[in-house]
Amino acid sequence: MRRGTPSWLFALVLTSLLCAAPAVQAQAEPPAAPRPPSGLMFADIPDDAGSAVKLDWRLSPDDSAGVGVVTGYVLERGDSPVGPWTLVDSLLARTSTTVDNRIKRNHAYFYRITAYGPGGTTPALASAGPAIGRESWFNSTRTSVLVFLVVFFLLVLYYMSAAQGGKKPFVRRLAGIDAIEEAIGRATEMGRPVLYVPGIQDIDEIQTVAALVILESVARMTARYETPIRVPVAYPIPFTIAQEMVKSGYVNAGRPEAYEPDSVSFVSPEQFAYAAKLSGIMLRDKPAAHLFMGSFYGESLLLAETGFATGAIQVAGTANVHQLPFFVVACDYTLIGEELFAASAYLSGEPRLVGGLKGADVLKLLIIVTILVGCVLETFGHHGLTQWMQTQ
Amino acid sequence: MNVSHDLGIWVAALLTLFVFSFLYKDNPLYKFAEHLFVGVSAGYYIVLNFWTVVMPNLIDPLVRTFTGVDPVTHAKVVQVGGPFAGSIGDYRAWFLIPGILGVLLFVRLIGRGEWLSRWPLAVIIGVYAGLKTTGFAHGDLVAQVQASLQPLWTGDLWTSFNAIVFTVGLVTSLLFFFYSREHKGALGVAARTGIVFLMVSFGAGYGYTVMSRLSLLIGRFQFLIEDWLGIK
Repeated sequence: MRRGTPSWLFALVLTSLLCAAPAVQAQAEPPAAPRPPSGLMFADIPDDAGSAVKLDWRLSPDDSAGVGVVTGYVLERGDSPVGPWTLVDSLLARTSTTVDNRIKRNHAYFYRITAYGPGGTTPALASAGPAIGRESWFNSTRTSVLVFLVVFFLLVLYYMSAAQGGKKPFVRRLAGIDAIEEAIGRATEMGRPVLYVPGIQDIDEIQTVAALVILESVARMTARYETPIRVPVAYPIPFTIAQEMVKSGYVNAGRPEAYEPDSVSFVSPEQFAYAAKLSGIMLRDKPAAHLFMGSFYGESLLLAETGFATGAIQVAGTANVHQLPFFVVACDYTLIGEELFAASAYLSGEPRLVGGLKGADVLKLLIIVTILVGCVLETFGHHGLTQWMQTQ
Repeated sequence: MNVSHDLGIWVAALLTLFVFSFLYKDNPLYKFAEHLFVGVSAGYYIVLNFWTVVMPNLIDPLVRTFTGVDPVTHAKVVQVGGPFAGSIGDYRAWFLIPGILGVLLFVRLIGRGEWLSRWPLAVIIGVYAGLKTTGFAHGDLVAQVQASLQPLWTGDLWTSFNAIVFTVGLVTSLLFFFYSREHKGALGVAARTGIVFLMVSFGAGYGYTVMSRLSLLIGRFQFLIEDWLGIK
């Protein structure tokens, strides 16, 4: 105590502390364990593969806002009503529902839930079960997807059969696709090869499939013009298919003997190793035409810029929106998005493929009508169409 | 300046400079870096796929099925049902089918049986086409159309203007990808409007992506200056 403090103040503070001591002692007593939650209910989640069960319960009577007796809940699962129990989840206080989405389908489970807090844990009242996750054969939230797919397939099949029956639909001229033949012609005049790059993705990317289909038409042209083609490929399966496509192009052009197996080469699935190799090919082999078709990522500008520096005519096509600007800037022609998928039908002139293109056009009209009708309905406060198209 | 004494950093720094030398012109240093990069990455990919795809997804389940012993833990596996029963949680002997298809891919290396390698290729393309069709219809088609349904008038001028511009841009961009009619008359006007919207979005995307590429370049320079040369 500092010198000069009045003795009456010291006495007052001491008295206050002594009076408060019993209260502090009372607060230090451990609180009781919370009473358990009750009414544990379970329900199979519909429209799934039988891998989830929804659980609801009534909160512990001690779980009120600001009381602090309940810290959280522990949900456990077992194969029988008496356990043994496995922890499913640990949940915060005031939580009365959760979903267990890590169960095996058609398997019976029992659940129990306990509340815990600073005072400990009270045993669960009872277990609930058997809860069984059943798989659904039809996901009703995806009815709209089914409707769109069925309409699309019916349209495509109808126009394909009509095209095969002689009613070949009109397809407008596409400058980017016409430029492919122009580029191959230029390479022929210059006596240099054509470089065809089918993207940097594996066969599970649909753009790679489209690029390989286009490759057959391109190989047919190079065979006809007697111009060598170089096809460096990033993955093993597309490499094998690319070999088949180039070979098929040469056979269809009536020049199977001109096919060179080494025209298709495997490089590396590593993105920038592939880009480095292609840059080297562009500078050393000096192809007169670069055709970039398929899925591209960060290497797109490296390839297109290097190709531009060599003075080659460049045609690119991709549906990767973020790479399109680079191709638009650095290439002579660019196939934007869906034009890549239309290119195979356009180049081959095959009635079935052209019919499919017409079917896709009609679907686009249906989509436009759906968007316009949906926007008008939303404007007037009707949400039926939007809700029908909401999927999980 | 405190130049690094770490051999790994020296190798990385020199290879970086070798690759940068391509900016001047093609040269033996760039060729060395290029061939090293391609060779190492291709070899790594093959080894990685063998141990992370072929072994755990094909060889191990087949060994487990036909020997009754887990090849990883060497513990005995309880065999329930026959080898094709699939009751112990994996597809067991059914893996023979993709295994055989995989082997058939290599038949093309033998001249006369080359045609057999087309069967697995047909299966691969067919399976992926089927999987992707439903995936695209769900994630790209219906989900995007649904997200585009919005009120054109909300009471707020700017929100409504934004919704109308969005819808006009969407519809006209779709019309640009219409192939079975000439882009003349009203369709031509709509398609030209659509390509304007597309080009504006490409311009914005270009600027954004160039900035991210510059940050990658800055990261490389930071490595050379700070990690290699030790200038901070």
